Amino acid sequence: MEKEYWRWPESRWTAPDIDWKSGDIISAGVDVGSVSSQAVVMVDGQLFCYSNIRTGSDSPESAQKAMDKALEETGSTLKDVHYTVGTGYGRVNVPFADRAITEIACHARGANFMYGPSIRTILDMGGQDCKAIHCDNKGKVTNFLMNDKCAAGTGRGMEVFADLLSIPIEEMGSLSFKVEEEPEPVSSTCVVFAKSEAVGLLRKGWPKEKVLAAYSSAMAHRVVELLERIGIEKEFAVTGGIAKNEGVVKRIEAELSIKALEPQHDTQIAGALGGALFAKALVEKQRGLR
Amino acid sequence: MRVSGIDCGAKFVKALILDDDKILAKGSAASGFDQKASAQEALGKALKEAGFSMEELEHITATGTGKEEAAFAQTTVTEVGANAKAMSALHPSVRTVIDVGAEEGRAIRIDDKGKVVDFAINEKCAAGAGTFTETMARALEIKVEEIGPLSLKSQKAVPMNAQCAVFAESEVVSLIHAKHSKEDIARAVHDAIADRIASLSRKIGLEKDVALVGGVARNVGFVDSLKRDLQLDLLIPEDPEYSCALGAAYVALEKAKGG
Repeated sequence: MEKEYWRWPESRWTAPDIDWKSGDIISAGVDVGSVSSQAVVMVDGQLFCYSNIRTGSDSPESAQKAMDKALEETGSTLKDVHYTVGTGYGRVNVPFADRAITEIACHARGANFMYGPSIRTILDMGGQDCKAIHCDNKGKVTNFLMNDKCAAGTGRGMEVFADLLSIPIEEMGSLSFKVEEEPEPVSSTCVVFAKSEAVGLLRKGWPKEKVLAAYSSAMAHRVVELLERIGIEKEFAVTGGIAKNEGVVKRIEAELSIKALEPQHDTQIAGALGGALFAKALVEKQRGLR
Repeated sequence: MRVSGIDCGAKFVKALILDDDKILAKGSAASGFDQKASAQEALGKALKEAGFSMEELEHITATGTGKEEAAFAQTTVTEVGANAKAMSALHPSVRTVIDVGAEEGRAIRIDDKGKVVDFAINEKCAAGAGTFTETMARALEIKVEEIGPLSLKSQKAVPMNAQCAVFAESEVVSLIHAKHSKEDIARAVHDAIADRIASLSRKIGLEKDVALVGGVARNVGFVDSLKRDLQLDLLIPEDPEYSCALGAAYVALEKAKGG
């Protein structure tokens, strides 16, 4: 079989110092996205474990797999979880969820936890969409804009280029800086046209890295346009899969003359994390604590 | 009076030779890496068929996205202008020209004198152009020529949610997995692109008669979907992909006559 360069690695993580058995509230969030799915489990509002997997053709199955993977090696099971919130485009297809909440709300809430209360603008670059979100110091959404119609500026677009250039997706960011000088961005907006444009550049003798640089800056430019329409307020952070691609992130920072906050956790878990935080608050409400 | 019109499109260069009002010859070449050479090749083919040399042409007018590449042309004309000219000459009753090429779709409204009243172009997005069908044919693992006839055999309409060609490609794969027939998926593909083109056409105020030109007019599946969407009949000239080249040749004729 041909090598699938777009294939990014699945992952999981467990906090080294949390005893879930002594926890009072165990809450979970599951984000079923179009390309990737994540599950996050929290113990009394502290990040306990998470997973990040590729979404399969079946949403309920992907939700289950994400949850199983998050809990694997922790000694706990789904039965121990008090409340689960489903989010993401497949949020209504999380069979074990107690409630579904939109990914915009979850993202803002998750980013507030990940980056602290000073976060005001979140750029979520997902597999098949891109969102610019404004939130207040509690992680409540105040405004947002999204592109879910067009692959330009999404992870799927980058995957197309990974295959075209035969570069593993995790290496695309660093390789895009292996150029003598920054080339002009690829001029086509549409990923399909950008691909033909890139083929033309390769035929012209451009090295792969230069084509990649041209595409990365086109992608950065595209999302900056989205951001500028909503306005950028500090602090600013990028979440989602593309946040792991420094080739795009640094170019966004350069174009905006603003520095994005450094992530402490996997940037893809923001939605699921927000879900787990909502889940905790809902348990507290049920128990009359709020 | 012998003149030529040459249309340097995204996928093909088309050249056409006129002797006054009579079409003498046509020639086309794939728009390769070197479009200058492709333009030469297309015109060379047409000249060979007509049986004379470039020096015997009184005037050459170029059009198309790569019109600047046809360095041997004396004048240029926009695709909108060329289409308006060609269709008003061929079918004077035409008021709307819809041109769907490989990477662009456009709708042009003209008056009874062939003058352009309004037009709209999509050149940013593959969803409203021939490339869309090509990409989907690849996802269906069939040849692009097969997708049109296949869609005519469709038994039921399956909606496509994605607009973007990249997302639609994944959706086609999901539709295959959901056991929809290739025929129904092919129709869904054509319904999707027809929907884009129809809304582009409505934007300029669609008026009868309506002509459909460009390479995609050869796709019977797309034609069927567009007719259904617009709920009217479409005039399709013989060799619809030469419409722009023909219009450019008419412009060349006017220039040669001192117009």
